[in-house]
Amino acid sequence: MHEMSLAEGVRNIVEESACAHGGKRVERVVLQIGELAAVEVEALRFCLELILKDGVADGALIDIEITPGRGWCAQCASTVALAQLYDACPQCGSYRVQATGGTEMRVKELALAATWGQSAS
Amino acid sequence: MCSVCGCGSGELRYNGKPAAQSGANKATGPTRSYAFRPLQAQPAAGRTTTPDRLDYGSGPAHAHAPGLSQAQMVSIEQNILGKNDALADANRRWLTERGVFTLNLVSSPGSGKTTLLVETITRLAGSVPVTVIEGDQQTEFDAERIRATGAPALQINTGKGCHLDAHMVGTALTRLPIAERSLLLIENVGNLVCPAAFDLGEAHKVVILSVTEGEDKPLKYPDMFAAADLMVLSKIDLLPYLKFDLARVFDYAHRVNPRLVMLPLSATSGEGFDDWLAWIRSGLARSGASCKPSTECMS
Ligand SMILES: Nc1nc2c(ncn2[C@@H]2O[C@H](COP(=O)(O)OP(=O)(O)O)[C@@H](O)[C@H]2O)c(=O)[nH]1
Ligand SMILES: [Mg+2]
Ligand SMILES: [Zn+2]
Ligand SMILES: [Zn+2]
Repeated sequence: MHEMSLAEGVRNIVEESACAHGGKRVERVVLQIGELAAVEVEALRFCLELILKDGVADGALIDIEITPGRGWCAQCASTVALAQLYDACPQCGSYRVQATGGTEMRVKELALAATWGQSAS
Repeated sequence: MCSVCGCGSGELRYNGKPAAQSGANKATGPTRSYAFRPLQAQPAAGRTTTPDRLDYGSGPAHAHAPGLSQAQMVSIEQNILGKNDALADANRRWLTERGVFTLNLVSSPGSGKTTLLVETITRLAGSVPVTVIEGDQQTEFDAERIRATGAPALQINTGKGCHLDAHMVGTALTRLPIAERSLLLIENVGNLVCPAAFDLGEAHKVVILSVTEGEDKPLKYPDMFAAADLMVLSKIDLLPYLKFDLARVFDYAHRVNPRLVMLPLSATSGEGFDDWLAWIRSGLARSGASCKPSTECMS
């Protein structure tokens, strides 16, 4: 359900951006999803496939870059890698680690076809 | 339909009336509706699978596809929920200027949100004006339970939607009589997953976990506990009948969110309720201090 909302958000950004660039066909959509973001990547792909149909990005390649999770360990007073919100600090084993990075969900960039309707694929 | 999310599919209602009732009927194209179904239970790249566990939540990042010829790369760098977040910021500004202390209550269905609200309003009666926004997929039952206390309540029915969003709450703000220096309580749709991602403009998300749900929920649904500032552990009058380890639930919740404040209480016995009211009162005092002079507040 939640992934469908996100897919809807992606479509809005993609359509607005394509429109701002002269309505060119979108060949590729690059997303950046944090490792700690509440997103199931495979479900998001599935939703995007449905939701982008018949639009400016119909059939576009969906590239998803996963950015690493980061947290602040109060014990070590330093930033450490964090793969899950509930993981312990990899350095000291403390659970007093607050997520600080890797929660983002962004549309990073788009590849637009040189001319409307001319797809490279 | 919700502004960010397609899941409402035109079934959004405020106090039982369709959201889009005003104005001429728009040309109705074919309504978009999408069914969600789980992916095939097959091992694939990006999933960690053992015979008794199919894990979609881990695995390597997907490799970049080879570059396409003749395409122009355009940098976008926009938050996928940016539209919701901008609306939430506008709600927050509106509420802050008026000194309204706003809580977004999130939990699974049945954890005791509405009961908590009713009891809170009853105990605050006469000292603080309270307004309520109720979110449920269907029915006006909860808003009716609130109105029975005398507090104004607006029911949002999200239809198929699984969470409230900032646009719905912004609409609700224009339809409710919200006093300056008051308390606004938003009961989100019962769902321990989606509402975590949607900022409504609240001061705090409050996650309610009832003791009958088990101690492991903070680890099983970590996003909600990470997004919240306060965890109310509800129905503690039932502890004598259960095998529920308080220390363990606090430990699990703190693993996910070391800053989470814990408040065990029972709406039935009243135990712990004074701490909850004190927490609200200190928030009200902080919000009241940020309220601009009355003339601006009233505009
Ligand atoms: N024993 C007990 N039951 C409660 C308490 N709070 C709520 N309930 C019961 O839990 C059920 C669900 O409550 P409700 O407030 O509708 O939950 P909501 O779906 O989260 O709004 C109802 O049958 C309530 O009577 C409590 O403090 N103790
Ligand atoms: Mg309820
Ligand atoms: Zn949702
Ligand atoms: Zn550490």
